Amino acid sequence: MNAYNFAYLDEQTKRMIRRALLKGLAIPGYQVPFASREMPMPYGWGTGGVQVSAAVLTPEDTFKVIDQGADDTTNAVSIRTFFQRTAGVATTTVTHDATVIQTRHRIPEEALGEGQILVYQVPIPEPLRFLEPRESETRKMHSLEEYGLMHVKLYEDISRHGHIATSYAYPVKVEGRYVMDPSPIPKFDNPKLGDMAAIQLFGAGREQRIYALPPYTQVVSLDFEDHPFEATKADHPCGMCGAQDSYLDELIIDDAGGRMFVCSDTDYCEARQAAGHKGKDAA
Amino acid sequence: MTPLLSVQGMTKRYGAHIGCADVSFDLYPGEVMGIVGESGSGKSTLLNCMAGHLRPDAGQVVFDTRTDGPRDTVTMSEPERRMLGRTDWAFVHQHARDGLRMGVSAGGNVGERLMAVGERHYGDIRDKATDWLGRVEIDAARIDDRPTTFSGGMQQRLQIARNLVTGPRLVFMDEPTGGLDVSVQARLLDLLRGLVRDMGLSAIIVTHDLAVVRLLADRLMVMKNGRVVEAGLTDQVLDDPQHAYSQLLVSSVLQV
Amino acid sequence: MYVAVKGGERAIENAHAWLAEERRGNTDIAELGIAQIREQLSLAVNRVMAEGSLYDPDLAALAIKQARGDLIEAIFLIRAYRTTLPRFGASEPVDTGAMACDRRISATFKDLPGGQVLGPTFDYTHRLLDFKLAADGDVPEAPARAAETGDVPHVTGFLNREGLIEEARHDDTPPRDLTREPLEMPADRPLRLQALTRADEGFTLGLAYSTQRGYGRNHAFVGELRIGAVPVEMDIPELGFAIEIGEVTLTECETVNQFTGSKTEPPQFTRGYGLVFGQTERKAISMALVDRALRWEELGEDNVGAPAQDAEFVLYHADNIQATGFLEHIKLPHYVDFQSELELVRKLRREAGVDQVQEAAE
Repeated sequence: MNAYNFAYLDEQTKRMIRRALLKGLAIPGYQVPFASREMPMPYGWGTGGVQVSAAVLTPEDTFKVIDQGADDTTNAVSIRTFFQRTAGVATTTVTHDATVIQTRHRIPEEALGEGQILVYQVPIPEPLRFLEPRESETRKMHSLEEYGLMHVKLYEDISRHGHIATSYAYPVKVEGRYVMDPSPIPKFDNPKLGDMAAIQLFGAGREQRIYALPPYTQVVSLDFEDHPFEATKADHPCGMCGAQDSYLDELIIDDAGGRMFVCSDTDYCEARQAAGHKGKDAA
Repeated sequence: MTPLLSVQGMTKRYGAHIGCADVSFDLYPGEVMGIVGESGSGKSTLLNCMAGHLRPDAGQVVFDTRTDGPRDTVTMSEPERRMLGRTDWAFVHQHARDGLRMGVSAGGNVGERLMAVGERHYGDIRDKATDWLGRVEIDAARIDDRPTTFSGGMQQRLQIARNLVTGPRLVFMDEPTGGLDVSVQARLLDLLRGLVRDMGLSAIIVTHDLAVVRLLADRLMVMKNGRVVEAGLTDQVLDDPQHAYSQLLVSSVLQV
Repeated sequence: MYVAVKGGERAIENAHAWLAEERRGNTDIAELGIAQIREQLSLAVNRVMAEGSLYDPDLAALAIKQARGDLIEAIFLIRAYRTTLPRFGASEPVDTGAMACDRRISATFKDLPGGQVLGPTFDYTHRLLDFKLAADGDVPEAPARAAETGDVPHVTGFLNREGLIEEARHDDTPPRDLTREPLEMPADRPLRLQALTRADEGFTLGLAYSTQRGYGRNHAFVGELRIGAVPVEMDIPELGFAIEIGEVTLTECETVNQFTGSKTEPPQFTRGYGLVFGQTERKAISMALVDRALRWEELGEDNVGAPAQDAEFVLYHADNIQATGFLEHIKLPHYVDFQSELELVRKLRREAGVDQVQEAAE
């Protein structure tokens, strides 16, 4: 892969992306348009995250990729291999060893620290998109802070279902200003967004948008006073490591309706098992 | 007394065509102004310029704001004007579907303005929506139904509730009874008259229907070709029109 | 006992090996050469160049081979390769008036300077499967005569001389570059044309067809369709003047559309424009119709709410690489979002008094 520049993208493109990242960090939650490049992987498969990672990686970094919380899902493997080949950086599955973590749909269970960067892959960056399909309209709504419609959606949920029926990609308000889509993480992860020590960068390749949360940013999940936001998860401990506090995948283990629940964060689960924690389904 | 709204030299052209020209008047708190004229007389253009939907070529629309006193809303920043549009101002469209979200329940429609100005208590929002549905004579049991399932008259009443829920001080109405059956019109007019009186609302009503202004308006402006040809107290203008065009307008109604 | 699924890496490698084997097919059959694809499947090559936004027949042929004939996949390969190419500069605008035309037809005038040249077209072939081709592909030589020299004037130029068609606006400001800047609305015409020329052929065709059926109708005539090679010149700073660096084959379509007029302006025909790499006339005509439909605002026409009039709708959905990527990404694991939906639905059902079938059985 010597034909390609370090981390695939040329330096001009990286500069352009870094400028967008800096602007995003300066205006937390604001969607910065950027000239997304065509990457050698399909749009919708993490091209935004890959471009952001390419722009922030240095040869000294240690890189981790998770998809659905796991290091070994196929697309995570594919992206990790891509940067091994094009940047030759060290990779890891251990959350606290990584300096840059690219993620799809999860925030690691282990609290991230200063000096770490979390890069999110974002499919649809616009939290208002499914209320208003027009980009020209939604940009105006953001600039004028017209977010009444967002609450109308939550109101309608409660009046119909008795609850806010958004379980992932749950919208948040950043520093009391911009309403932001946190990418399709489960709402269980929302509380981790706020006041995080690590830098959080969001890249949407197909939609050509970058946004960011600098460390220790105030992030509030939208709700009503009498229907407060709730970070929910399956009401079980992990079958493998016994963790009570982690987000769980549900697995169907036989055709008689048997189910078990396992941490979606594979590193968290393995580390706990290595430390001697045992769930009821562990061998 | 400071006028609530003071319109000065309002002018809007469409190329060589005059939308409205040099219209000036004052509206005092609690007053209802009717603007009548045939279609094409410029009354809707004037209304849209005043309400900030159209940008006038010349003129001022000075509104007595709660916080800063009289301000020209034409030169105000768009966020400020939009904020006014969801707090102190209301706009009732001729066609209810232009003023409602048809895919959102009646309660959500009424609640939107409350949420837009920061109300965050679901129960309170719902109570206010229920109260307002009652005030516009819509059965509270319909609160979770969408306006698409409502009759034309109900949709128009819902639009009024949606507009008045934040207690605006000035309501713009564009042919509020247009397109409704006569019996439905009468009920709506009755309702509007009650609301205007009870809430002490100021309003500007554009209509071609003299019965509407007779019932609701304190004062009247008659427009023709974009200009005001006669203005005065409603009864005075309707009972003793001075301008030839007003006379024609009044007599054509009487003949009906 | 549950064992977590591992070995994504090996699975991927093995899948790639299998894919390579499938691509090659039965090894008793001779392997397809790049030159064969370039020469014998040239219209596929043209489409890949056009929608890949890269004029290189050999690379396009390679992409088609690698993609097993899946043209969108081939376009994707070309686009990804294109991203990595250094950019030396921009060429001078090409002069399609100086095109060496292989084909040039006008539907608006029976005869005109430069003549009607049918060229290598399917138009009047009878669509009968030719079983001879299954046996051998020998073709008798087509009759030839010396090419006419000299520029072929544009048909719209004749109309322009009489003032019958809107003046094509001349503007020397460099257009924004769709591949270097984010696409933002409102998009001006140069940007719209850039997006359309690389847009998916099927999508563009469907939209153009919809305008003909009344969804934003604008009464298009093919004023002129021309296909041929044009020289590409580039200004070389070291030399201080422009030199020819090669030539490209282009298809250009200019439509003459319904006239507009007002009290102050006399009625005039209007224009739609299509320009696409290679011999790609279905695409070029479609592009011209969609371009014209998108111009409703500047021409003072009504927006009838037709899809082809909606620039945001057209431009945000015309790119097949964006579309196919996002469409196909739903194959990726969504365990986490699905799990959160599962819990929510269970909770809502529980509260609604519906017991889970599962739990009732337990």
